[in-house]
Amino acid sequence: MNFRDAHDEREMKKFALSDNPIDIAPLRGALLDARAGAFASFEGWVRDHNDGRAVRGLRYEAYAALAEAEGERIVDEALAKFEIVDARCVHRTGELAIGELAIWAGASAAHRDAAFAACRYIVDEVKLRVPIWKHERYADGAAGWLHPQPEQEKPT
Amino acid sequence: MARVTVLYFASLRDAAGVASECLETEAPDLRTLYESARTRYGFALPIDRLRVAVDGAFAKWGDPIRDGGEIAFIPPVSGG
Repeated sequence: MNFRDAHDEREMKKFALSDNPIDIAPLRGALLDARAGAFASFEGWVRDHNDGRAVRGLRYEAYAALAEAEGERIVDEALAKFEIVDARCVHRTGELAIGELAIWAGASAAHRDAAFAACRYIVDEVKLRVPIWKHERYADGAAGWLHPQPEQEKPT
Repeated sequence: MARVTVLYFASLRDAAGVASECLETEAPDLRTLYESARTRYGFALPIDRLRVAVDGAFAKWGDPIRDGGEIAFIPPVSGG
């Protein structure tokens, strides 16, 4: 593999969907850089309640082709907007249990402010724009897709 | 007449009963195509809550329908 191939491959991998549990160590490892004095990450976990209802578990479904392209665009935007060295994001698909990791975002930077800001931007934009849908199963036996209205969205 | 593939996700897939279908349509634009699918399947979501994509990229509701295109109706997303 020549340098150009390796570079292109790296460029394509800043955002990914994963049908398997997210392994954090290699994601963090990929961001290690001599220029970075700061690293911030965010983890979104599956919690046992939503909107006042007890949640037993959930499933994420994605329109993979568009989700990967839009996710990549978001990380590229973060790289352009903030003084960061690099960033990554992975979002789970499939069945998830309470407590499982649903989304991971991380950014490395010379200084901490940019790393925090980039992480927040990536997670906020992924929630707004990437075609991924959550199907929740409730304790009372009901289940349903979440299609939030913008004004109903709540921070998680 | 255009031959297209339409993808349905989340609550739209549940309502349609299929994840995708091949259609022959005379709809002039994506808006008309969604409205006819909404009528056919009883989708609850009005068009102003959705986005639309063609061949894996976001598109506009007024875009014309191209023969052989893959059209995805994107209900409000809930990742993260």
